[in-house]
Amino acid sequence: MPLLQISQLKKSYAAPDGGTHAVVDVPEFQLKAQAQVALSGESGSGKTTFLNLIAGILAPDSGSIQLNGLELAGLRESARDRVRATTIGYIFQTFNLLQGYTALENVLLGMSFGPGADREFAKALLKRVGLGAKLNHLPRQLSTGQQQRVAVARALANRPKLVLADEPTGNLDHANAREAMALIREACRENGAALLLVSHDREVLGQFESVQELGKLNRAAK
Amino acid sequence: MTLPLIVAKSLRQHLLSTVVTAASIALAGGLLMAVWVVKTQSNDAFTKQNAGFDAVLGARSAKLQLVLNAIFHLEASPGNLPWADYEDIAKNAAVALALPIAVGDNYHGYRLVGTTTNLFSVEHAPGRKYRVAEGEEFAAGYMEAVLGSFAARQLKLKVGDKFQPYHGLNFDPNQQHEEQYVVTGILEPSNTPADRVIWIPLEGVQHMKGHDAKAATEISAVLVKLKNPIAGRSLELMYNKQGNRLTFAWPIAQVVAELFGKIAWFDKVLELVAWLVAAVATGSVLASIYNSMNERRRDIAILRALGARAHTIFLAVVLECAAIAVLGMVAAFAVYLGITEVAAHIIRTETGVVLNAFAWHPILAWAPAAMIGLSALAGVIPAVKAYRTNVAENLVPVS
Repeated sequence: MPLLQISQLKKSYAAPDGGTHAVVDVPEFQLKAQAQVALSGESGSGKTTFLNLIAGILAPDSGSIQLNGLELAGLRESARDRVRATTIGYIFQTFNLLQGYTALENVLLGMSFGPGADREFAKALLKRVGLGAKLNHLPRQLSTGQQQRVAVARALANRPKLVLADEPTGNLDHANAREAMALIREACRENGAALLLVSHDREVLGQFESVQELGKLNRAAK
Repeated sequence: MTLPLIVAKSLRQHLLSTVVTAASIALAGGLLMAVWVVKTQSNDAFTKQNAGFDAVLGARSAKLQLVLNAIFHLEASPGNLPWADYEDIAKNAAVALALPIAVGDNYHGYRLVGTTTNLFSVEHAPGRKYRVAEGEEFAAGYMEAVLGSFAARQLKLKVGDKFQPYHGLNFDPNQQHEEQYVVTGILEPSNTPADRVIWIPLEGVQHMKGHDAKAATEISAVLVKLKNPIAGRSLELMYNKQGNRLTFAWPIAQVVAELFGKIAWFDKVLELVAWLVAAVATGSVLASIYNSMNERRRDIAILRALGARAHTIFLAVVLECAAIAVLGMVAAFAVYLGITEVAAHIIRTETGVVLNAFAWHPILAWAPAAMIGLSALAGVIPAVKAYRTNVAENLVPVS
């Protein structure tokens, strides 16, 4: 049984003319446990909405999202929050680190809402991503590449079964992007987490054995 | 662990508004507690203050004026009464002690009160007499003075010092008497209006040069201690109902309580103002947090994306408002002590009545509880806004 099983997933937004605007219409998608899959998608392909639906941040209009055997689509918001806190790690293009929190606190927050704060594990994760000496640095005191490493550590902090990565290298230069991608893939592998990444960067996509085109997957894509 | 961390971080991130809002809570809370304590304590202090006496006998007048003049050494004397009236009441079987007093002079605003050495045998509180702490009692008929502790401190007079009194109850530098008095003793603090008085022999006031010759055989009032306080009823009947020349003010507490009854409306206005200030301060908590919600939306969305439930965010905002009130109320106790100490100093200077800012009063628990509760309640409105934050919209632009 796949870790993630999606079928007939639809999501629309209200359009300015009073009608609806379909953003996601994915008939079928699967992801096996510990697999690493990249989705290629340009702007407007609905990639962020697709990931937000899987993460439970958005509720679908219809369809099914089964994660680890649990149907997300029918769950209430608080239950989806719970699933996200315990099962999913999320890496954003803009990192989305909390600016008032140190690197260590950002990682601790990544586990606080799920399995609970484990200071030693949080330190070990930051050490793993090469920030063992910068535990108490605030995001503004870190370089862009270092901020992305904190985001990676935070995404793995709740020992997730699935890591979602939305253009994780979009804000990095080539050297940092290559390094960050290697880190994300290795860290997911070491922690037994599947990785579903969306990007339009050919160099990033080239590192994956399995690449699917979101434009083909999503019938609502422009 | 997580909630306190989120609240503490948010307070620190919005430090300026936290400090300003907490300061407004501190001022409001301090004012609220001070108004209540000063009002209650002064009411208690005045109505329970009798300086060791049960009643006052004086010239026909309002009882309140008589008590204020003879016990609190405020107000003008309503007039004099013949020495024979003192002798009559002193002989009355119901009276344990009668102390004649004569007023009419001052030294730099502090009243000279002429009396007998019986003053020093009066118990102003159970087991506590008016005791001379330094020096010795004045001797009847001599130009000697014993100062109340507060008057001595304020006038910087010590045993052996000499001074010339001034005529009248209010200080006028052009009205100085020729007589010179020597300070023979200073009373230990009694926390009664007696602390503000310069006590001299009765004859001193009666025979002061420049006083009306009639004053030599008259006194201003008689302070009365009864063997049994209930006996005051028959004396009251005798002086107030059957005669029309004298007034017997009894019981002293009831006379003063009538004064507070008349100004009760003022207390109500003060209470109302204090509560309004408190309401405005808690409103400032609401405004401060609500106005910052826009800049908090991204952080809220990130927390939600990490798995924080909406009700956790709601609770964090409510707790933040409560935390600001807690910080404010801690500082409010300093404001309270400041206001109360100033008020107590003024009341003591003017009346001799002592208030204790450190004494326990239920408002010291109620006010913090009310302010923290109201602030938390005010936090519900921004908390609802936080609860409804659209996570997806505030994380990254929808592609």
